[in-house]
Amino acid sequence: MTRIDAKFAALKAEGKKAFVAYIMAGDPDLETSAEILAGLPGAGVDVIELGLPFTDPMADGPTIQLAGQRALDGGQTLQKTLDMVAAFRKTDDTTPIVLMGYYNPIYNRGVTRFLQDAKEAGIDGLIVVDLPPEEDEELCLPAQEYGINFIRLATPTTDDRRLPTVLQNTSGFVYYVSITGITGSAAAQATDVGPEVARIKSATDLPVIVGFGITTPDAAQNIAGVADGCVVGSAIVKEIGAGKSPAEVLEFVSGLAAGAHRA
Amino acid sequence: MSEDRPNSFMNAPDAKGRFGIHGGRFVSETLMPLILDLEAEYEHAKTDPTFWAEMEDLWQNYVGRPSPLYFAPRLTEELGGAKVYLKREELNHTGAHKINNVLGQILLARRMGKTRIIAETGAGQHGVATATVCAKFGLKCIVYMGATDVERQAPNVFRMRLLGAEVVPVTSGRGTLKDAMNDALRDWVTNVRDTFYCIGTVAGPAPYPAMVRDFQAIIGRETRWQLEAQEGEGRLPDTIIAAVGGGSNAMGLFYEFLDDPSVNIIGVEAGGLGVDDRMQHCASLTGGRPGVLHGNRTYLLQDDDGQILEGHSISAGLDYPGIGPEHSWLHDIGRAEYVSITDAEALGAFQTLCRTEGIIPALESSHALAHVIKIAPTLPKDHIIVVNLSGRGDKDIFTVAKHLKVDIKI
Repeated sequence: MTRIDAKFAALKAEGKKAFVAYIMAGDPDLETSAEILAGLPGAGVDVIELGLPFTDPMADGPTIQLAGQRALDGGQTLQKTLDMVAAFRKTDDTTPIVLMGYYNPIYNRGVTRFLQDAKEAGIDGLIVVDLPPEEDEELCLPAQEYGINFIRLATPTTDDRRLPTVLQNTSGFVYYVSITGITGSAAAQATDVGPEVARIKSATDLPVIVGFGITTPDAAQNIAGVADGCVVGSAIVKEIGAGKSPAEVLEFVSGLAAGAHRA
Repeated sequence: MSEDRPNSFMNAPDAKGRFGIHGGRFVSETLMPLILDLEAEYEHAKTDPTFWAEMEDLWQNYVGRPSPLYFAPRLTEELGGAKVYLKREELNHTGAHKINNVLGQILLARRMGKTRIIAETGAGQHGVATATVCAKFGLKCIVYMGATDVERQAPNVFRMRLLGAEVVPVTSGRGTLKDAMNDALRDWVTNVRDTFYCIGTVAGPAPYPAMVRDFQAIIGRETRWQLEAQEGEGRLPDTIIAAVGGGSNAMGLFYEFLDDPSVNIIGVEAGGLGVDDRMQHCASLTGGRPGVLHGNRTYLLQDDDGQILEGHSISAGLDYPGIGPEHSWLHDIGRAEYVSITDAEALGAFQTLCRTEGIIPALESSHALAHVIKIAPTLPKDHIIVVNLSGRGDKDIFTVAKHLKVDIKI
């Protein structure tokens, strides 16, 4: 059982929805982002998605693109991101961390070496946007052997015929992308998302978390209400990009978490 | 088109879109169903005689094919060695080989009921070809172009707009071809249901690399019979040469000859200011290593941490940090040789062709010519070189003038 499985089991026992927050590692600089990371669990975050910066984030909107550029300009590397997680784990051994990004920095390091290092650092899951089920042999299957969850995105274009393929080697949870589009796009309505989540849940026992376009506590509550939880990324990253202090960012995150937990 | 022949280099890619370790389908889930639909549609069209009949008709009557295979007597004489033929793709409608492929993809888009066409462009040649064919068929066309390129390729931007296309300057990243491709992919993810992404080169997720190659393979097929007509039955070229950015004009020429072992195949990458640690070049095979970008695995210019680097080339059309996966494979297995040519060498070749044959070549094609100029003098007089003159140089005269320190502002 990974930290992700344990967290969702605990939330289920409490009858609570999950609040998942995304930040970019190294944004705006290593020290600040480490400070924000350390504060996320206290702000009510159940699962952390930590962005791995990449020069060509082709599924991300301007907010996350700029965060990645800030991180890279500040000298963030895959090693520094792994070190950041290892430091976090010294004080928190329960909050799951999912590394989210693109395949090339991982492929470049070598899949086996990466998985060993990621496991050792305390990473629990991976979301790699440009690895669909058709490329499962690359990283998805090896990751499971290391006890690292491989979390897949399901989207509005994932029809019933394709859904089993998407779910097949997925573990941890399913991330439902509520719109066709890039991160930071307009929000989907809970009334549209609900039936989609039900469709996915009828095909899997995994928790289904919904993301894309959530910016306010009310939206977090509404979306979490029709799923097992929700993810907020761009809205938080926007605060960081605007130069807010870690305390201000964490206060903003607390509000969103409270919204999701009201659901 | 690939047929099942044992021990053939023409069978790649495999069912997973792989050329050796290269290629594949590295795209987000939102796009995956569409990629599979496109693959099915293409597999069907490939063996559908009515599809190819329509292509033949357009190639002949709209593009002006076959393009001539021209023996270049004065260039040959000046070099004093091998006999040089030019495959005149620059005489095609819109001035380059790009339209061969665009026609194929737009016919597919029509079959799939897609009404909105998007494309990326660097120098603007693929953008102009896409805008042209969209105008011809009355389709909405959006072209993503790096803001830097919009500025340095103003005439092509105006051309695209005249043809009714919307040109979107891309400011994300560093505003070049790579970023234009990122933004085109972002558009596609957002508008996946009505939009067809018309990729301009033999790269991207499967089926694009093989599909674009098949649409460009007419170049090599014509070369074979045209050379026989001029040099006698059964005479093959001894060496074929083409410039490689993404590599579509090169694959178009090479594919037909992959299984003719006597034919030397040479791809010419953009060496920029020189292939060394400064990384001021776009020679992915010579100076890069395998990685994953824009839907496929291939050789890429990247740093130690797997971050993609910006290349440099005098030619905007070669200014891309990757290369089509089939070239990466041909390089790995040694079926083709890849060399690089610097900005300065390409500029020299540009001027040589103008002066000896009265043909202004594109800077992209000038890279291939520069390699011909290097090796032809060392080869016997009965050695036949065919070089792909993939585009005409009218678009490049401002860049060339600048490098020659001539002021032609109008």
